[in-house]
Amino acid sequence: MKFEVAKTLQKKKKQIFELWMQNQLNDESLREDLMSNDELRNESDELLNSLLSSLNEENILNIQSSDFDSVNEILSGISITRARQGFSAKETGNYVFSLREALIQSLHKDYKGDPNELLSSTIQIVKLVDGLAAVTFETFIKGREEVILRQTDEITEISTPVIRVWDGILALPIIGTLDSARTQVVMENLLVQIVESGSSIAILDISGVPAVDSLVAQHLIKTVSATRLMGAECIISGIRPEIAQTVVHLGIDLSNIVTKATLASALRYAFTLLKLEVKKSIKSEA
Amino acid sequence: MYVVLNKDRMVIEKEQDVVLYRNRVKEFAVKIGMSLVNQTKLITAASELVRNMLKYANGGVTTIEVISKGRENGIRLIFEDKGPGIADINLAMKDGFSTGKSLGLGLPGAKRLSSEFDIKSTVGKGTSVTLIKWKNG
Amino acid sequence: MDRIPILRMGNFLLVTIQVDLYDRLAQNLESDLVQMVSKTGARGVLIDISALSIVDSFMGRIIGNIGSVSKIMDAETVVVGMQPAVAITLIELGLELKGVHTALNVERGMQLLKDKILVEDNEPEEE
Repeated sequence: MKFEVAKTLQKKKKQIFELWMQNQLNDESLREDLMSNDELRNESDELLNSLLSSLNEENILNIQSSDFDSVNEILSGISITRARQGFSAKETGNYVFSLREALIQSLHKDYKGDPNELLSSTIQIVKLVDGLAAVTFETFIKGREEVILRQTDEITEISTPVIRVWDGILALPIIGTLDSARTQVVMENLLVQIVESGSSIAILDISGVPAVDSLVAQHLIKTVSATRLMGAECIISGIRPEIAQTVVHLGIDLSNIVTKATLASALRYAFTLLKLEVKKSIKSEA
Repeated sequence: MYVVLNKDRMVIEKEQDVVLYRNRVKEFAVKIGMSLVNQTKLITAASELVRNMLKYANGGVTTIEVISKGRENGIRLIFEDKGPGIADINLAMKDGFSTGKSLGLGLPGAKRLSSEFDIKSTVGKGTSVTLIKWKNG
Repeated sequence: MDRIPILRMGNFLLVTIQVDLYDRLAQNLESDLVQMVSKTGARGVLIDISALSIVDSFMGRIIGNIGSVSKIMDAETVVVGMQPAVAITLIELGLELKGVHTALNVERGMQLLKDKILVEDNEPEEE
């Protein structure tokens, strides 16, 4: 009689599960800090059930089979969750490899047949679980990429603050490279703040922008133009000498934008625009 | 190439259709969670193109689709008319060029506002414009 | 027949655009405004677009026309209340609103008009 791997594994489900749990709990990379052993048991139970119930003698040779769709779904879910919780790729991989270990151990236990058959069955299992491991790694990476994307968004938010330095005057210290994505964020934040604060002057300080080429200059000009459409005026400050030279050499026309060397001088200029004066107060000694 | 998740077709015949069309585009954009600025860019570009269609070809057919490229979702708009066609597309795509009395910003402007833009035209047969705005584009 | 109401505020006229203009409505607005400016001798026109979430080149042309026509009739035009998303889109679209001023809201717009007219009226006559 031909050896039926799938059927055998299904019959030994309980044994496989206990072996698998043992493997995981004995593994020194176990992260009890990130997941309780009970949660681990439940998760593993669900995956194993799904795997063994989907398995039959035909599809054991083909991990791509759609029979395994629900298994892949469960596994992807486990993998992405691990990625988000902070498990390492290796720890997540070990989850699947310890299962492989358990499947093989269980198969070899009490086997009383042809060793050649045992060998080919073992190879089948290895191939199958390797396929599952590939799914695991791929979704793990996807999970990590989501974290990176979210952090990138957060960094963009934080690095473009809009500060109300005075009634009607906003200051934007721009730090880092100004690409088109960042410009969008700067423009949106600035314009919304202009409406909310009723400001009429915005000072864009670019001393923290490492390089200004024609593209960056375009982004700055767009921001200034958009501000004007809203009825406010822009002053660009923090222009380093090298940047001034680059601007001229590139033939960029900033002639209808007021530029100041420092944020302080821009502020002073803004005060004059608003007809404000700053005077020393004379307090009499009593 | 792209997976089409949702599709809607609208015939444009008269000026009142412009507003109806814009509102439909907005519905789609809101449904995929597009940001306000991107929505505004998309609808403004759509407005330019649909007005063009009415003005030069007496109307046409528009298609609004939600498409997906891997993990990114977006809106694809197609404008097809059986108008006179455009003889020189390169010229038409230059700012300020207009055969009507308009500002000449419709085509090049719509292109700047979209993520991807394509235009095909045959003189005497008609014009077809396709634009895509990715949700985060 | 739909017509957009034009309010008179002292020396100025205020138009609040709340619906998407179509050809006939836009043309009517232009001619109605010209008539009013002439009749009242208004020195300023305020166009409130705070309710418009989309401004395309068609709308841009209307605003530009109103600005040019008013100028000929010795009135300055101010566009007020532009939404941030609209401003960003207009820049990308490449639409310059030439011949009109801009302000954050009606109050600021009126102040701007008052200042402008004061300056103009006080300019020394050519010898």
